[in-house]
Amino acid sequence: MTPVPRDDDLVRPYVVTGGRAHARVPFDLVTLVVADAAFGAPDLGTSPEKRRLLELCWGGALSVAEIAAYLSLPVSVTKVLLSDLAEAGQISTRAPAPVVHGPDIQLLQEVLDGLRALV
Amino acid sequence: MGFAPWSERPPGAVYLGATVRRSVKILIVGHFAVGKTTLVGALSEIPPLRTEEIMTQSGALVDDLADVHGKNTTTVALDFGRLTLNEHLVLYLFGAPGQERFRQLWHDLAYGALGALVLADTRRLQDSFPVMDLVESHGLPYAVAVNHFEDAPAPDLAALRDALDLLEETPLVVCDARDRVSAGNALITLVQYLLDRATKELV
Repeated sequence: MTPVPRDDDLVRPYVVTGGRAHARVPFDLVTLVVADAAFGAPDLGTSPEKRRLLELCWGGALSVAEIAAYLSLPVSVTKVLLSDLAEAGQISTRAPAPVVHGPDIQLLQEVLDGLRALV
Repeated sequence: MGFAPWSERPPGAVYLGATVRRSVKILIVGHFAVGKTTLVGALSEIPPLRTEEIMTQSGALVDDLADVHGKNTTTVALDFGRLTLNEHLVLYLFGAPGQERFRQLWHDLAYGALGALVLADTRRLQDSFPVMDLVESHGLPYAVAVNHFEDAPAPDLAALRDALDLLEETPLVVCDARDRVSAGNALITLVQYLLDRATKELV
């Protein structure tokens, strides 16, 4: 929550994205990501960070935010890596709840029922 | 930054159930040290996680290498947790910083969010005004939960509602952010409100 002084190590993540900071495929914090097992192992040219990401995602579905946290990468950098992997067909996404015009009553009822059952 | 003991990198990923297809998010918002992370931790089914985002001092997300190489960047930590609601649906709870200057971060957080739970502290009510303004400016409906600290006087809800200048329809509850049931009930109050609002908008 509180800004902390900049750390020189933070430069490194942008090196691993090849210098890009924008994801071409849009990802939200809660977009669910799964590795596409059918694609097989990454080729030898795959960067270590993408390899780590794929290894993490082969275990099962996680949100973009979780992937960033487990890999200790900024969310923006994680999105760039995910975007590349999605374009290469190595991961696929389960879309987050779409932003609808007007609230989704059925979805809210499902959230409410779920919370009531859990708490 | 107030690192909690569990903020160490977790030993292994806790994956979602294979049938989960849809995700939603709710923001837990409040000023510094109001108990956002505590509340997320009380409700999350996984040890809460932390991600960091790099931003410029002016609050924009870094989108240019020149900014990263410059001396004017900071990181902002986001703590979040997860709650699988049924076999298809998962809810993410994001503790969101209440500072307006992180506007790009806020844009990303607010995008598609169902709503926000604003946590307030009776001893620092004035600090909640900018937080509520920020939530409103992003068009997010919200409820207010007063985190009851043991050394604070027992809150008088009517007086608090006046002091916070809340709309009549805005739910106001007292909760103990450390307690799963209490925190969960605050969240249920928010979602019930969101549902009531949505139903009224349709009529």
